[in-house]
Amino acid sequence: MSKMGAKDLFAHSFRIAWKDLKDLFRNRLGMVLLVLMPLFMMLLVGLIYPSSGTVTNLQVGLVNDDSGFHNSTLVSQTFITGLQQVNNQTHIMKLSNVTSVADIRDMIKKGELEGGIIIPSNFSESIMTGQQGTIIIINDESNPQISAALQVELKTVIDNLGTALAQQRVQPLNATNSLAVVQPYNVQTQGVVPGNARATYFSFVAPGIMALTVTMSVMTGLPVAISQEKELGTMDGMMVAPINRFSIIFGKALGQTARGMIQGTIVLLLAVILFGVTIQGSILLVYALLILGVFAFVGLGILITSVAKDQETAQMLLMTISFPMMFLSGIFFPIQQMPWYMQDVSKILPLTYEAQALREVMVLGAGVSDITTELIVLIVFGAVLMAIAVPVFRRLMTR
Amino acid sequence: MADESIIEVKNLTKMFNNFTAVDDISFDVKKGEVFGLLGPNGAGKSTTLRMLSTLARPTKGTATIGGYDIVKDDTKVRQLIGIVSEKMIMYNRLTARENLWFFGCLFDLPKDVLAKRIDELLEMVQLTRWKNTQVGTFSTGMRQRMNVIRALLNTPQVLYLDEPTLGLDPQSSVEIREFIKKLNRENGTTVVLTTHMMVDADLMCDRIAIIDHGKVVALDTSANLKKMVSGADTHIIKLTIPNLSSTLVEHLQALKCADSVTQESGVELKVLVHGDDALDDIIDATRANGGKIVSMENLEPTLEDVFLHITGHQVRDSADQKIPIGHRHFGTPQGRGR
Repeated sequence: MSKMGAKDLFAHSFRIAWKDLKDLFRNRLGMVLLVLMPLFMMLLVGLIYPSSGTVTNLQVGLVNDDSGFHNSTLVSQTFITGLQQVNNQTHIMKLSNVTSVADIRDMIKKGELEGGIIIPSNFSESIMTGQQGTIIIINDESNPQISAALQVELKTVIDNLGTALAQQRVQPLNATNSLAVVQPYNVQTQGVVPGNARATYFSFVAPGIMALTVTMSVMTGLPVAISQEKELGTMDGMMVAPINRFSIIFGKALGQTARGMIQGTIVLLLAVILFGVTIQGSILLVYALLILGVFAFVGLGILITSVAKDQETAQMLLMTISFPMMFLSGIFFPIQQMPWYMQDVSKILPLTYEAQALREVMVLGAGVSDITTELIVLIVFGAVLMAIAVPVFRRLMTR
Repeated sequence: MADESIIEVKNLTKMFNNFTAVDDISFDVKKGEVFGLLGPNGAGKSTTLRMLSTLARPTKGTATIGGYDIVKDDTKVRQLIGIVSEKMIMYNRLTARENLWFFGCLFDLPKDVLAKRIDELLEMVQLTRWKNTQVGTFSTGMRQRMNVIRALLNTPQVLYLDEPTLGLDPQSSVEIREFIKKLNRENGTTVVLTTHMMVDADLMCDRIAIIDHGKVVALDTSANLKKMVSGADTHIIKLTIPNLSSTLVEHLQALKCADSVTQESGVELKVLVHGDDALDDIIDATRANGGKIVSMENLEPTLEDVFLHITGHQVRDSADQKIPIGHRHFGTPQGRGR
């Protein structure tokens, strides 16, 4: 084995990888799925992601119990008009009039309504006599996402109306800038990249899915592809050839990497063309990071290959490892949303760093110096896993 | 045939956990011969072949191929051998030529030599006109021919075949047998094959090692093995008894002179007997149990009879199914080691 140099090792690896790619390109269904899988993944996670901006047409019941002030319900009328005006722009609610609070509670239980707004009987009177006017929101506790969106939206309406009311009152005091008196503080949101403030959820999820696709290609694709060859018997055909056995695993890994890169590129193209994602950083750095991701995970893939005797064991082992990785690495939602102890768990998963680095480069336009921590973690993880995997593979390949 | 050994097997043993698949076997294969490993499935033939082709490591013992150790010089060994395994080694979505090219490249043959070799091999098995067709569309017979020529890309000195006729129709079986014989005759390729088919062993092999429960129980030419059964003392007789009954069969089986009694059909019995008074005893016992003998003939022994004679059980008793792993620890089979 000593006489066979690195040149032969690479020549044989390339030969094996090329064979795998040929096989892949001839598999029509496989090729279709290669494109459809990332598309579905993007669409699904992109469309189901809950955010207040995307919630529309919530069924909301409105009860106006206002008994008025001096026979005038002008104040509550103004409130309702203001509410409808804001809603006409956001389309968050679908308002319907309901006669009583009890009715609202009933209808929420039946699922006919998703929330309720109540104007109490003393609303006009309170406001006209200089007291606070109270608006009551009825929540659907069974659906925290929707009730949160409803609360945010109603708060905006009420804030707007409250500000307008206050402005009217302070106008006599300071005619030039009544808004500054009522709301002395103003918040403006700006992104890191100028003009990029409209980054959507797709900008968040696309780098994550790219990281996932490429790393999974060697982590799960490699063991599955190898156990498949073992079961077909074609593995024996390669094993009886006078080649270094590492060229078999490197060749298979190379084939899977190419496959992963193709899929990663598809995700990138879909994100840019279909979902309007813009790439702020260097595209070369993006690809370098994808290759680094492959390096970080190929050792793990070889380790799983060596340990799993058949396809079924490999699949089960992979599910156990990849499932937590997928959900704890901040691929589909930010790790900051998780409780602190889970955030700590996610910090020991290398996929977190791969996704984070890719996101910083693609969304924030980060350069190499901005992502040194991530780079070091990935390189160290890859090197350590490789150092463990190589001897294990050598020992277990010939049973 | 030169008397020089190309394969030397010494005390080769393979254990899977507590189960001994190959139990301390030793034999030599001579250069240029067709050597058969005959035995039921689960006897250890395939494991032996895998060890000799460097695909499995022996637990104990050694073997050399052309002087090279199967463990220490495994790369050298691989250059000398070709293997036709029970599973077809080929990629369905690649064409015949692409498959051969891929495996050929792993042997580092110069490109022009390899191209010529592939054309020759395809021509040899009449697959030239299908060379650019994906092998997934081939018939079983065509696939088996592909499977065989793939093993010949490196012009091996030793060709291993694991159950080469398994699952083939009779015509394809004949083709493969003739091809192997021709290869052996014309190129002097040493062939080692495993089979549980007596016909294969009988028609192809110069020498046969009968393997049972991981041990070589007999090793000789087909003719010599058969002499073990049809010696001066032993005979195989076929009895035709129209009113054959199971009690009669039981009584015959109980006779001392009868080594085995096999019911061939509703009226026919095949009996392996030994001793001077054997025929008298059989006739007496048959008549005593109301049996009427209408004919009685001496049979030439087959390898099946040899196997039965040596092991006390038939190949087909266990040949039809792979023995499940959990049940491999069977004890001494009935009538073994008489």
